[in-house]
Amino acid sequence: METAYLIETVIKIVVILLIFSALAGIGTYFERKILAFMQRRLGPMNVGPFGLLQVAADGIKLFTKEDIIPTNVVANVFKIAPVITAATAFMAAAAIPFLPSFTLFGYEVHPIVADINIGILYILGIMGVGLYGPLLGGMASANKFSLLSAARGAAVFISYEVVTGLSILAPIMMVGSLSLIDFNNYQSGGITSWLVWSQPVAFVLFWIAAFAETGRTPFHLIANDHEIIDGFGTEYSGMRWGLFFIGEYANMFFISFVIPLLFLGGYGDGSFLGAIGLLAKVAFFFFFFLWTRAAWPDIRPDQLMWLCWKVLMPIAVLNILITAIVMM
Amino acid sequence: MHNEHNEHLKNRNVSELDVNYYMVDIKDYPTDSWGKFKRVVQRSFRGELFVGLWVVLREMIRFDIHTVKYPEEKMPIGPRYRAVHEMKRLWESDTERCIGCGLCEKICISNCIRIDTKIDENSRKEVSEYSINLGRCIFCGYCAEVCPELAITHGGEYENASDQREHFIMYQDMLTPLDTMKAGAQREFEGFGAITPHEDERVKKTPLAY
Ligand code: SF4
Ligand code: SF4
Repeated sequence: METAYLIETVIKIVVILLIFSALAGIGTYFERKILAFMQRRLGPMNVGPFGLLQVAADGIKLFTKEDIIPTNVVANVFKIAPVITAATAFMAAAAIPFLPSFTLFGYEVHPIVADINIGILYILGIMGVGLYGPLLGGMASANKFSLLSAARGAAVFISYEVVTGLSILAPIMMVGSLSLIDFNNYQSGGITSWLVWSQPVAFVLFWIAAFAETGRTPFHLIANDHEIIDGFGTEYSGMRWGLFFIGEYANMFFISFVIPLLFLGGYGDGSFLGAIGLLAKVAFFFFFFLWTRAAWPDIRPDQLMWLCWKVLMPIAVLNILITAIVMM
Repeated sequence: MHNEHNEHLKNRNVSELDVNYYMVDIKDYPTDSWGKFKRVVQRSFRGELFVGLWVVLREMIRFDIHTVKYPEEKMPIGPRYRAVHEMKRLWESDTERCIGCGLCEKICISNCIRIDTKIDENSRKEVSEYSINLGRCIFCGYCAEVCPELAITHGGEYENASDQREHFIMYQDMLTPLDTMKAGAQREFEGFGAITPHEDERVKKTPLAY
């Protein structure tokens, strides 16, 4: 029994790692294509049919590029920082149920690595640790743009961690559990039982904060190309830079899983249709990340802080208070 | 009419002349916190963000792509475009137009034309060496303009990337090939230094006697 469990877990981890590393690559393909279509361009077209092999070409390029450690950087920290970003992104995935449990060759598979009863807390915590990637990478680099980006990264992540935490406190109070599977089961009674109807404010707040957590466009201040070059990634090359990239995209996918699981019913009753539904919701949220990048401008760092502390946080606190009063 | 037009251009006070100009209604920035808060609420709920989302989604659905797939597709370039030079031949005899006068070498402001001549067996001046350093050429068109024989002109070939700075084009490469000439396919250049259309009608005959 113990060995079986161990083997199962290892297999799950490997599968998730492989699938989401590949997805991160394919995500860049979709991002380029969708952005291109929205801007009346074609995007990658030349490598493979419709440019589909562009991902492979980029991968080969990243892997074969020289790994440069610039002279003035703090080498050890510089080397470890991208690993932190990628690793924490994948560690957070451990508590996410990607699909309802299904039976494979007469063996029941739960597509979640560890169904811990503090799942949400764990995911938020690990994503918070992900901050150390940009922070250390930026501070170890020997240029001011990276340093600025590190400072911004720290400020943004810590601020929005507050909003994320407070906004899902109200749903947690209603469900009475921190496990994503319990969240899912709470909402398994069809569309009307989705938490988004009873907690619309929390849903919007969490969604906004997700943009800050993943550093996507309206809040893309940490690596804002036109202000601070590539931010913390400026001095990175080859696969180290690629790890930052994989981390960022994996994060986007995981957040796209977490939002529907928390608010939009997840995989519902666990049927095949429910699983497809979850994937459709994930696709929508991922698409939305790309969509906003084509449509919206970035905001200033001070506006971002202002929005967090003076608007979103008070609303989140009010939301908790009102939920508490209604529940009493 | 002409004067009126000039008047219109010189008058900088456009608002008087053109009724289509109007002042943009910019409100003062709010200074107190309540005003700022109101502005945020207004901006948040006017749905401008969704207008932006709709615009890009609309473009994606319309799929009105403007990309030119460059190596396969090319934009047409104007007949007057000043790209890599060409040496033309005479329509009448298919011989080279260039008389080796060296004016193009003289006028070239980036000093990139090099020409050498010799006397051939018929005691005629002949171009023996002629090259243009395209790495230095700024495609100003002075050589084409100064050429008395309409021999050197610009052509439409703009794909002249090279792996080194010095990148020469030789006389033989610029010269219209004989078979093109035989097919009557030599294209006259319409741009810098070319004769204007209907020139024949305008030129007076040289009188034989005063
Ligand atoms: S185009 Fe101008 S720069 Fe180029 S060869 Fe002619 S005169 Fe010289
Ligand atoms: S190309 Fe024209 S200007 Fe230059 S040497 Fe020949 S005839 Fe003279």
